[in-house]
Amino acid sequence: MSHDGHHSIVIPAPGPEFVPHTVAHHFDSPVQEFQSMKLGFWLFLATEILLFGGLFAAYFYFHEAFPETFRVGGAQLDWRLGAVNTTVLLVSSWTMAMGVRCAQTSQKQKTLMFCALTLVGAVAFMVIKFFEYKAKNDHGLVVFSELFSGYNEATGQLAWFKDYDGVMANVPHGHMFFAIYLTMTAIHGLHVVIGAGLIIWIMKGTAKGRFHAGYYLPVDLVGLYWHLVDLIWIFLFPLLYLVP
Amino acid sequence: MSTNVPVIDAHPTISEPPKNYLNCSRGFMSWAGTLDHKRIGIMYLIGVSAAFLAGGVFALLVRLHLWEPHGMLFTNETYNQIFTLHGAFMVFIFVIPAIPGSLGNMVLPLMLGAKDVALPRLNLLSFYLWCGGTLLATLAIVLGGFDTGWTFYAPYSLYTDQAVVSIGLGIFLLGFSSIFTGLNFIVTTHKLRAPGLTWFRMPLFVWAIYATAILQVLATPVLGITVLLVAFERLYNIGIFDPRLGGDPVLFEHFFWFYSHPAVYIMVLPAFGIISELVTVHSRKPLFGYKLMAFSALAIAIISFLVWGHHMFTSGQSTFAMFAFSFLTFFVAIPTAIKEFSWVATIWKGSIALNSPMLYTLAFLIIFAIGGLTGVILGALNVDLHLHDTYFVVAHFHYVMMGSIALAFFAGLHHWWPKMFGIMYDETLAKIACALIFIGFNATFIPQFIMGSQGMPRRYATYVPEFEGYHHASTIGAVILGSGVALMVYYLLASLLIRKPAMQNQWGGVTLDWLTPTPPPLENFATPPSVTTEVYDYSTLDYESLRTPVR
Ligand code: HEM
Ligand SMILES: [Cu+2]
Repeated sequence: MSHDGHHSIVIPAPGPEFVPHTVAHHFDSPVQEFQSMKLGFWLFLATEILLFGGLFAAYFYFHEAFPETFRVGGAQLDWRLGAVNTTVLLVSSWTMAMGVRCAQTSQKQKTLMFCALTLVGAVAFMVIKFFEYKAKNDHGLVVFSELFSGYNEATGQLAWFKDYDGVMANVPHGHMFFAIYLTMTAIHGLHVVIGAGLIIWIMKGTAKGRFHAGYYLPVDLVGLYWHLVDLIWIFLFPLLYLVP
Repeated sequence: MSTNVPVIDAHPTISEPPKNYLNCSRGFMSWAGTLDHKRIGIMYLIGVSAAFLAGGVFALLVRLHLWEPHGMLFTNETYNQIFTLHGAFMVFIFVIPAIPGSLGNMVLPLMLGAKDVALPRLNLLSFYLWCGGTLLATLAIVLGGFDTGWTFYAPYSLYTDQAVVSIGLGIFLLGFSSIFTGLNFIVTTHKLRAPGLTWFRMPLFVWAIYATAILQVLATPVLGITVLLVAFERLYNIGIFDPRLGGDPVLFEHFFWFYSHPAVYIMVLPAFGIISELVTVHSRKPLFGYKLMAFSALAIAIISFLVWGHHMFTSGQSTFAMFAFSFLTFFVAIPTAIKEFSWVATIWKGSIALNSPMLYTLAFLIIFAIGGLTGVILGALNVDLHLHDTYFVVAHFHYVMMGSIALAFFAGLHHWWPKMFGIMYDETLAKIACALIFIGFNATFIPQFIMGSQGMPRRYATYVPEFEGYHHASTIGAVILGSGVALMVYYLLASLLIRKPAMQNQWGGVTLDWLTPTPPPLENFATPPSVTTEVYDYSTLDYESLRTPVR
C-alpha cells in the first residue's frame, strides 16, 4: 500500500535497546491509536464475560433445580487444591501487573522477568488442574477416556460418569454437577492456555525491544486479558468448591 | 454538512483516470489480504449476495414442493433439510452480516470522515470468520445435512442423527465475525470521527450501525455459548438441555431467544439506517425528528433485550412472565413506530425523486408497516396462543426480514452502487425489477397470513387440500419474486461491463460519503475533512457535483 503524501507518525525509542513504534496509518495521533485499541479490547472482554455468563446462568439454574446434587458433588472437589490455584492466579495477576508497569517505564529485563513469573503461575495452575482432573477420573466422576462414548438410552448409563464409589448414588442426576464443573473449568483452562501463549508473544516482543514507555499497548492488553482469566476463576472457585 | 476544503476532484482534463481504491493495486492478494474497509466491504458484498442467492434457491424449492398438498418434490426428511438450510443461510449467513458487513464497511468510515475503520486487521479477520462459518455450514450439507430448523430447538437438535455439530460450530464462527464487526464499528464511531462531527451531526446510518453494534457485542456471545453447549451435548452429553439427563429444553429456548430476539434488531436496525439516509437524500429534505430517530434506535436496542419471552408463550413459562413479556413487546412498538412516522414525515412535501433507490425505499415503508404491526398482533398473548407456529408467524417475519430488510439492502445497494464503482446500472430495468419484487413478495406472503390465521402450521411438508389455493398463490408469488431478483442480479452485473459513468454525487447527498471523489481514493479523503454544518443541510449542496461525471 502506498501512502503518498502521508508521512507516518513515529514514536522514538527511549534507548538503543528499543525500537521505535510507527502509529498505524489510519490514526491521526498515538493517543487515538491507544484509546481505540483499549476501547476495542474492553469490548472484547465484555463479550468474554457474557460468554461465561451463559455458563453461570446454567450453573445457577441447575443449582436451584438439584441443590443436593450440587452439595454432594461440590464435596467431591478438593477445596484445598482450589484454594492453592486461586492463590497462584492471584499472585500471577500481581506479577502481570508489575510486568505492565515495568514495560511502561522501559525496564526491559524486569518486564521479561515478571512475564516469566506469570507464565510460571499459568503452568502451575494447569498442572494442579491436571491432578484435580486425574482424581475425578480415578473416582469415575469424569472418565476422560469415555468422554465421547455417549449415553445408553436402554440402560440409562452415561459412559463418562461411572461413580465407582457410589458417592452420587443418592442424589438425582449426579453427573450434572460434574458436567458443569468440567465444562466451566475446561473453558476457563483454555483461556489460561491462550493467556500463556499471549504472554510468550509479549515476551518475544519485549526481548526485541518493541515495548517501552512510548508504546506498551500490547503488554497492557495482555495484562487485562490475564486479569480477566483471574477474575473468572475468582467466581468459579467459590461457586464450584465452596458454595455447595 | 460541508467541509472547509473542496475535496471533489475538479480537474477533468487530465487523461489518466485518478487513482481510487479499486484501481490502486491489482492481483488476488491485493484483495484477499487487503486491510482497506472498502475492499473488505466489496468482498462481504459478494459473499452475502451469494448466500442470498443460495438461500433463495432453497426457498424456491420449498415453495415448489408445496405446490401439491402431499408435497411435490422431496421426501418429508429432505423437505425438513431444505427449509432448515433456507432459514439458516438466510438468517446467519445473509441477513445478519449483510448490511453491516457490506454497506456498513463501505460507508461508515466515509460518513465519519475517517481513513479506515479503527481496527482494520480485525475487520479482515471478521470477514474470514464469516467465510469459515459459511464453509462449515456448507460442509454440514455434505456431512448429511441438518433438519432442525434455524432455531435448533432442543431436545430434537440433540437427538437428530445429522451434522448439527458442524453447523453449530459454523454459527459460532459467524457469531464472532458479527461481534468483531460490531466491536470495530463502536470503536470507529467513538474515536475516528472527523473534527466537528459531533454525535448529533452524525448521519442516521451511523447511529443505526452503532446501535446495531451494541447489540452485536452484547447479545451474540450468548448465542456463541448456546451453540457450543448444543455441540457439547452431542459430543459428551453435558445434559443441561437434555431431559433424559435431568436437563431442561426450555432453558435452551431462553438462551436462544435471549440472543435471537435482539438479533432481529441486529438485522433490522441497519435497514432502518439505510432508509433514514435514503428518504432524506431522495426527498432532498432534512430528516424529520433527527434526535428522536437517534434515540429511538438506542431505545430499540435496549428494550429488545427484554422481550425474548414472546417467542415462548406456549412453552409453559409462568403467567407472570407471559404477561411481562407481552407488555414489554408492546413497548418495542413505540420507538419502531416513531421511525416509520419520521420517514413518512420526511417525504411529506419533499422534492421526491422517484428513482430506483427511492422506489425500494417506498416499498420498504409499506411492507415494514405491515411487518411491524403484525408483530404487535403476535405480541398480544391470547392472539399468539392461536397464531404461534403457524404461517402467520412465517408471513410476519418475512415481511420484516425479506420485505423490509432485504429490500432496504437492495435500496442501499442501488443508492451506493454509483459511489462504490463509479458506474450506473440501467434505471429502467431497476424499476421493473423493483416492481416485480414488490408484487411477487406480497403475492407470496399475503396468502400466508390468511392461511396462518386459519391454522396452517409452519414447517410441514404436507397440508390439507383446503389450503391448496393459497399455496398456489404463494408459490406463483415466489416465482415472480425470484424473477425480479434474477433481473436485478443481471443488470447490476451488466453495469460492471457496460460501465456507464455515474455522477460524482449521483443523488445529491450532503453527508461526507458524497463529498469524496467517486469512487473514493485509498484513504478516502484527499485532505482530512472537517464538519462545520448540521447534518442533512441541503443548502450546502454543490450542484456542480451532480453534473460532473466520474472519469
Ligand atoms: C423489526 C423487525 C422484526 C424482525 C426482523 C422480526 C423477526 C421475527 C422472527 C424471525 C420471528 C420468528 C422466529 C421463529 O419462530 O422462527 C418473529 C416472531 C415474532 N415477532 Fe417479530 N420481528 C420484527 C418485529 C417485530 C415487532 C415490532 C414485534 C412486536 C412489537 C414482533 C413480535 C413478534 C412476536 C410476538 C413473534 C413470535 C410469534 C410466535 O412465534 O408465536 N416482531 N419475528
Ligand atoms: Cu422477538
